Amino acid sequence: MNGNHGTDHLDAEPVDGDTRYGPDDRIAISLTVNGEKVEAAVSPRLLLSDFLRGDLGLTGTHVGCEHGVCGACTVHLDGMPARSCLTMAVQVDGMEVRTVEGLAEPDGTLHPVQRAFRECHGLQCGFCTPGFLMAVTHLVENEELAETDDGLRAQLAGNLCRCTGYMGIVAATRRAAAEIASKG
Amino acid sequence: MSTRQFGARVQRNEDARLITGRGRFVDDLPLDGVLHGAFARSAVARGRITHLDTTAARALPGVHRVYTHADLGELDVTMPLLIPHPCIGHPRTQYPLAHEDVYHVGQAIAFVVADDRYIAEDAARLIEIDYDILPVEVDPAKAALDGAPLVHEDVPNNIAAHLVQVSGDPDAAFAAADHVTRIQVRVDRSTAAPMECLSTAARWDAVSGELTVWDGTQAPIGLRGALSSLFDLDEDKVRVVAPDVGGGFGPKIVFPYSNEILVPFAAKDLRRPVKWVEDRSENFVHMTHERTQIHDIELAATSDGVVLGLRDTFLHDTGSFIPYGIAVAQVASTQIAGPYRIPAIHVTFDCVYTPTVPVTPYRGCGRPQANFAIERAMDQLAAELGIDRFEIRRRNFIAPDEFPYTRPDLVFADGLPVTLDSGRYDDALAALEKALDLDAIRAEQEQARAEGRLLGLGLSFYVEGTGLGPYEGAKIRLHPITGKAYVNTGLTAQGQGHETAWAQIVADQIGVRPEDVIVVEGDTGVFDWGVATFASRAAVVSGNAVHVAAVSARARIAQAAANMLEADPDDIELENGRAFVRGTSSRGVTLAEVATMSNPLRYAFNKAAQTATQFAPTARSTGKPLPDGERPGIEVSEYYSPPHATWAYGVHAALVEVDPVTCDIDVKRYVCVHDCGNMINPMIVEGQVAGGVAQGMGGAFYEKLEYDENGVLRNASFMDFLVPYATEVPHIEMIHMETPSPLNPLGIKGVGEAGTIPVGQVIASAVEDALSPLGAPPVRQVPLSPSAIHDLLREARVSA
Amino acid sequence: MKPPCYEYVAPDTLAGALRVRAECEDSVVLAGGQSLVPTLNFRLANPDTVIDLRRVAELATVDTRDGMIRVGAMTRQRTLERNEAAFARNPLIRETMEYIAHPVIRSRGTIGGSVAHADPASELPCLLVLLDGELTARSSRGERTIPAADFFEFVFTTALEPEELLVEVAFPVLEPGEGWAFREFARRHGDFAVAGAGATLLLDDAGRIARARLAACGVATTPVRLRAAEEALRGAEPGTEAFRAAGELARDAVTTVDDTAASADYRRHLLSGLVNDVLTRAAARARGPR
Ligand SMILES: Cc1cc2nc3c(=O)[nH]c(=O)nc-3n(C[C@H](O)[C@H](O)[C@H](O)COP(=O)(O)OP(=O)(O)OC[C@H]3O[C@@H](n4cnc5c(N)ncnc54)[C@H](O)[C@@H]3O)c2cc1C
Ligand code: FES
Ligand code: FES
Repeated sequence: MNGNHGTDHLDAEPVDGDTRYGPDDRIAISLTVNGEKVEAAVSPRLLLSDFLRGDLGLTGTHVGCEHGVCGACTVHLDGMPARSCLTMAVQVDGMEVRTVEGLAEPDGTLHPVQRAFRECHGLQCGFCTPGFLMAVTHLVENEELAETDDGLRAQLAGNLCRCTGYMGIVAATRRAAAEIASKG
Repeated sequence: MSTRQFGARVQRNEDARLITGRGRFVDDLPLDGVLHGAFARSAVARGRITHLDTTAARALPGVHRVYTHADLGELDVTMPLLIPHPCIGHPRTQYPLAHEDVYHVGQAIAFVVADDRYIAEDAARLIEIDYDILPVEVDPAKAALDGAPLVHEDVPNNIAAHLVQVSGDPDAAFAAADHVTRIQVRVDRSTAAPMECLSTAARWDAVSGELTVWDGTQAPIGLRGALSSLFDLDEDKVRVVAPDVGGGFGPKIVFPYSNEILVPFAAKDLRRPVKWVEDRSENFVHMTHERTQIHDIELAATSDGVVLGLRDTFLHDTGSFIPYGIAVAQVASTQIAGPYRIPAIHVTFDCVYTPTVPVTPYRGCGRPQANFAIERAMDQLAAELGIDRFEIRRRNFIAPDEFPYTRPDLVFADGLPVTLDSGRYDDALAALEKALDLDAIRAEQEQARAEGRLLGLGLSFYVEGTGLGPYEGAKIRLHPITGKAYVNTGLTAQGQGHETAWAQIVADQIGVRPEDVIVVEGDTGVFDWGVATFASRAAVVSGNAVHVAAVSARARIAQAAANMLEADPDDIELENGRAFVRGTSSRGVTLAEVATMSNPLRYAFNKAAQTATQFAPTARSTGKPLPDGERPGIEVSEYYSPPHATWAYGVHAALVEVDPVTCDIDVKRYVCVHDCGNMINPMIVEGQVAGGVAQGMGGAFYEKLEYDENGVLRNASFMDFLVPYATEVPHIEMIHMETPSPLNPLGIKGVGEAGTIPVGQVIASAVEDALSPLGAPPVRQVPLSPSAIHDLLREARVSA
Repeated sequence: MKPPCYEYVAPDTLAGALRVRAECEDSVVLAGGQSLVPTLNFRLANPDTVIDLRRVAELATVDTRDGMIRVGAMTRQRTLERNEAAFARNPLIRETMEYIAHPVIRSRGTIGGSVAHADPASELPCLLVLLDGELTARSSRGERTIPAADFFEFVFTTALEPEELLVEVAFPVLEPGEGWAFREFARRHGDFAVAGAGATLLLDDAGRIARARLAACGVATTPVRLRAAEEALRGAEPGTEAFRAAGELARDAVTTVDDTAASADYRRHLLSGLVNDVLTRAAARARGPR
């Protein structure tokens, strides 16, 4: 993608408040992705989604609309879910990014949300799945789950799935939350 | 005995990679040195290009090539008409890149290849295109009138195809009728909107002369056939791979799309891998659409509601081209009588060109429209005759003992007359009534009406001819070291869980766990006999092919194990990855050993292989190592061809409340009774049905593509084309019935499209029922919308 | 759908940002990016320069003094929504903001971005018009305060000059006992409103309506105050009859023509129903002075 293009831009400097960067300039950014430090040089117009996928090879983050509606591109920025298609790569300089590749433990143990999606048939083609996993992980780890089906569905709105009809996703969210709650 | 896997809720094999971000969709493939494509597309619906200049685009740094039709050489031909039919009087198909004429907004005109997609898009915008704009008519009803602007100058009245089908004696039926009901209904245009748009990547290997194409397609074998003939390459030099595909629903089977030509062409031309990934705004104006049909349907009935005959005349909007032939209209026409006996049918359709995105099958493929027409008409008939809506259906069902039930001269998409194989329609309706608790619902409705609330019940009974031939095949091979089974078919999956369903079928036969069966599909380099994934056919046709192959693999394993154990093959049992003599589970061998031993070796390239070499203690000491007529290893390929379609069916109902302020609907209950024969995996079936209903909800209330009078799509984004979130899809209560199909060994019927078909009618009839106390007019069109409901309410007020 | 080329600058101070803003012919501000980036991805905008405000910490403040809730332009929507001090002084803010998109959008989207973007269906502009809020704009030449009533000029068009930045958005607090409500209808959860309405209601000693304020979004080229309905309500007995009549009067505020989301006729119907509803709920929350 329109990213660091290998070694061409090793001389890129971190962003400087007074500098105006041209479209072909590269800006050095430094961030943490799934716990690992990443240094890169990015074009001002590079989307975070393309940076993750194209430059870092983290192709788990998917792109379904590039205008903020589908949620397939959802990642966590400093612990909060965000659309990576509506975020420029330069904007995450200094931030902690978590993607679907960072959900499981390093030893491969799946996150309860990942397990629940499998157990409850929360995915079919799997294209929306990374975005849903990131959204639901934030939900079950940080928010109070609504008690009613309607309430929970409202919490899941913001991510589109074209395959499942959401039944499995609703069930998986409940199951993951229950598992996390039972562990305290 | 180990537990049977067929019919069990086995968790999916494919999930492991998809939940960890290790899925492999086309855009995820790490192709070294890949270049990126972008199309310049027509901004006008019908026009003649007067000026096309790519100079500035070509001059942009980072741009490798810009192609127009003039650069395509032998490939500059119109694309194939995939399913020819004698009734298509004026077949027209598209060029990979437009010549002077453009026929719809979004038609591809030029293709840019650049270092990255950003630059490719920059360049595409630098291409100068001027048009003479020609008049258009986007409404198919008006487009078919005399004097309407023509999409193709030489196609009178824009009629691409015209077909009349007569089954039985409709004139006699109408003459004998006590009562005739006539209505006009309309279903509007929609799009499948898979979450992954179209995508193609290609690599040309100059050394081997091989072209590899990775494509988000439902039909890799078909695409391979098309590409090898268009590119004039031997079939074995073209490999098409459909890796993980992010939803299909029909439109990913129109080959070749422009990208499926241009990407491999550029890869070959530039000697670099090239990829193009459709973005969402392109998807709306490029990937094919479906649904617009206008039906004039008439039912001839006795006074007690027995339908004697049906006449239906409909217009089908085929868009600017007809690459997929009349499939959608034909399927609609053959399913028009639904589950009802109706012995006399006269059905006529015209396929009309409009200057819009071409129309090809999208989940349901004409059935949602046909279902809407017949079921709206049945509701109307019931109302006119004063018969209950459930009762009138019951009076017309084909009875279980009437199967197979043939509708003579009504020819289905497989070229064979419609023959419904089996069903228990009455039982399904009874199951629905029970689940709904009709008495309670009617009381609730009374209560609501007394409070001025608008609560309505809707229902729809559908049938679906599934599992079309011609055939599919499967190959099964045992891995000599691991003993795992490898299964290949010619299909692809876009979320349907083949990797699990096929594994279950194989596991039952050869006694392994489903997770030890590795299914690889969608790669013509691995298996290249078969057709494609469409029309709810995979489980029926491929599933049975896999079954036949698994039975055959079992026999091979039993024979080989019998030889090794010096026992009779009939006494061999397979369980837990081992073959043993019945009753003596200690006397056995592993499947790995069987696989190894059935392939006589000379070289011990690993430890397991030692046992199969010529001086091993277990070696056969006499006779030929490979007896005459034997094949090495455990490897079988088998095929299955269905006699004709097998007919799934079901009935859905919804209890819907209409909010008089917002004119929005609240689906309070959604109940679905369905019968897809024997279920391989109920969990997957439920997912298919639920996903189908969700898509059906879109088509009933949210998703309507709207062209303006200039042929520009007004809502070509997810902001404006409303694919439902979880909040817009109801919780679905599901009741399974399993009436085995008599047509295939596994007794399966298809289920892929079932959920989608009846939903438009369910919602329409529920809304109609809710508004009926106010005297609102009947609902004749889907998708509904708050504005449409508001119009109905206003008309009710006016007439009150 | 990739953004076009542009020059990029990420100043670390407001002064620096204003300097660039003054120097550039054609700049846009990257605040939360939740409206700007889609516009860039569709290439509906093609700015020379993008000024990224993420490093300007001085714009991310919430201050509740002097009867105003003063919110720095770069305050995230989610931050204001969850701010308890703001909620205590004006609970209508939270009720309204819950209709904006989805939490995932609100956690990136800013108050200033939403207001400066000026989508006529947006909630915050409507709320500001309803409450007679104030907008503070600054350029390198100075600062000015613009009443909300004058700020929104047209679809995506505000009174901001090209060299100005929106720096602060001020929401008045509610009067003691003032009733309040907001409701909108979107076809899909979290979408921009087909139409929305907000109301505040002050009762006099006799329990009659001393002041009603009403505003709507999604019905015109800007958010609109429903003055005719407000007038009619003054002095009226709160109740079904008055509220229904107010709803009827609101219909004329709809100037949006038929679009793919709704017909104009339906929008009128919807707005009148929403007005009736928010008035009913505001009345239930209103307390007459003791
Ligand atoms: C799927 C989706 C649904 C949405 N639904 C809604 C909804 O229902 N209601 C709603 O109100 N919004 C909705 N939004 C928009 C969202 O609220 C945006 O966050 C908001 O409109 C813009 O805020 P932002 O901080 O992201 O601004 P940006 O996108 O960064 O900027 C938007 C515009 O404002 C200008 N701008 C930003 N800050 C300043 C400033 N300080 N001074 C001058 N100009 C400035 C920019 O130049 C740009 O033109 C939705 C967005 C998405 C993606
Ligand atoms: S790709 Fe980001 S929201 Fe759809
Ligand atoms: S699983 Fe296919 S889009 Fe959700």
